Amino acid sequence: MPHQLSIFAENKPGKIEKITGIIAEGQINIRAVTISDAGDYGIIKLLVDNPERGFELLKSENIAVNLKEIIAVKIEDKIGGLHEISKVLRENNINVNDSYGFITEPKKEAVFIFQVADPIHAENILKKEGFSLLSDRELYLI
Amino acid sequence: MFNSSIEQLPRQELEALQLDRLKKALEAAQRTPFYKKQFSDNNIDISKINSLPDLRKLPFTTKSDLRVSYPDGMCAVDRNVIVRMHASSGTTGKSTVIFYTRKDIEEWSSLVARGLYSSGIRSEDVFQNMMGYGLFTGGLGLHYGAEKLGCMIIPSATGNSLKQIQLIQDFKTTAVHITPSYALHLADVINGEGINPADLGIRKAVLGAEPYSEATRDKIQDIYGLKAYNNYGLSEMNGPGVAFECEELGGMHIWEDFYIPEIINPETGENLPDGETGELVITHINREAMPIFRYRTRDLTRIIPEPCGCGRTHKRIDRMKGRTDDMLIISGVNIFPSQIESVLMNIPEVGNNYQIVVDRENNLDKIHIKVELYSKMFHGDIKELDSLRKNITDLLKSTIIVTPKIELLEPGSLPPSTGKAVRVIDNRKI
Repeated sequence: MPHQLSIFAENKPGKIEKITGIIAEGQINIRAVTISDAGDYGIIKLLVDNPERGFELLKSENIAVNLKEIIAVKIEDKIGGLHEISKVLRENNINVNDSYGFITEPKKEAVFIFQVADPIHAENILKKEGFSLLSDRELYLI
Repeated sequence: MFNSSIEQLPRQELEALQLDRLKKALEAAQRTPFYKKQFSDNNIDISKINSLPDLRKLPFTTKSDLRVSYPDGMCAVDRNVIVRMHASSGTTGKSTVIFYTRKDIEEWSSLVARGLYSSGIRSEDVFQNMMGYGLFTGGLGLHYGAEKLGCMIIPSATGNSLKQIQLIQDFKTTAVHITPSYALHLADVINGEGINPADLGIRKAVLGAEPYSEATRDKIQDIYGLKAYNNYGLSEMNGPGVAFECEELGGMHIWEDFYIPEIINPETGENLPDGETGELVITHINREAMPIFRYRTRDLTRIIPEPCGCGRTHKRIDRMKGRTDDMLIISGVNIFPSQIESVLMNIPEVGNNYQIVVDRENNLDKIHIKVELYSKMFHGDIKELDSLRKNITDLLKSTIIVTPKIELLEPGSLPPSTGKAVRVIDNRKI
């Protein structure tokens, strides 16, 4: 199952710079970034091509970091693409916590990434419904 | 004067009364497990205490002695003759408890009444008591004293500024008991209501429970058009009413028929002569339920040697100059940094470093506590962080009473705990 880095950061200038500096120095490439902000602090989420290495590097710099399991599903880049998978998730009572998406091939393919309470259960259901899930290797090589 | 025969008692007679009461208090103390042990451990023969200077032969009593005596190791009477207890929060969880018999409560009330009278409060006054009621002595202590004096008491307690203003207006409050910081804050609220505080008709304020400067006193007097008086007390010595400022405004008379004050060098414990600044040590010589000898208040002041123009013979102590320990007074509440530390260190998500920052915003004390998140306890979830912050706030509030603002910081962002880390930053200008 793929992972992303969740990093605790104070809401101050220079925090993203520091973290991305460590990532870049480790020759790690960032595929996607999101930030959830809760006032004084927030969580920076990085999808990178080598999350284990990123995790170790950040940890060695005394940064509060965690590897979070995520689900990455291929969807069609068309009107209603996200709606289709949302319907399946709703039918199976799966609640999406954090999510984002990006286009991999314009007008053809996109990836929807999200966190759920029980990723294995969600994965099984999506596979059964015929969705194509990206493995960590596939995802990191996008 | 409220009790001129006592308040003007010639020094010689006053000292004879003190010695007589000291001896009685020593006898009563023999009945307490704490003093029984303390006297025998230090080979104190109370029959050899025959003069006031002999008091110096006794060891000091400290706050931690009260804590280890919890709940009633210092109580000199049977439980069934006790009519009240008060408590103040201790540095590490356990409270320090004070007991009172009916006689103690009545005499304490008279003492407070005496002090209020010396500050110019009279039975005609409508007295609004804006202090916390409950285990804290400040509210009930002044309440009983003002009632004894014959004032009409409005037990409005703390907070709810609009209600306070309404009570002042509807019942024509003429005197208030208030912390200096709340007096300034309330003035802002009164102005915000389009009312000039000076038009409310309050003529006297008894200020207490927290340190403040002469400049603050002047400001409060100007804004409200009143006269403000300082008073000093601590729960171990009953509560408020230990010393009160008379209308000469030259320091606070410490009521020597109840208390024997000493000033010591806080480092060596040696007694200092009158006039020199040091730590105030007080012996309570007139409390049935709980005699306390040579209590180290940790407050720094001096005894003013000159006689007072008001004619009272009781010595005066100067405005408190600070503390010998790290106690903080936040909105009138006593807080030790160690209380905050012990709460924080029991929360696994909190790292080893923390910082306490105290500010005064709009005349209200604000306490910010900066804590570092412990990396290993971070699970990448923002909701978890929000509930952690709420949890820290709730745990601290239940210990220190005031509500702190918690700031979660990245690991390593505060100065390390080794060496002389600055844990407390007090930005208030008092």
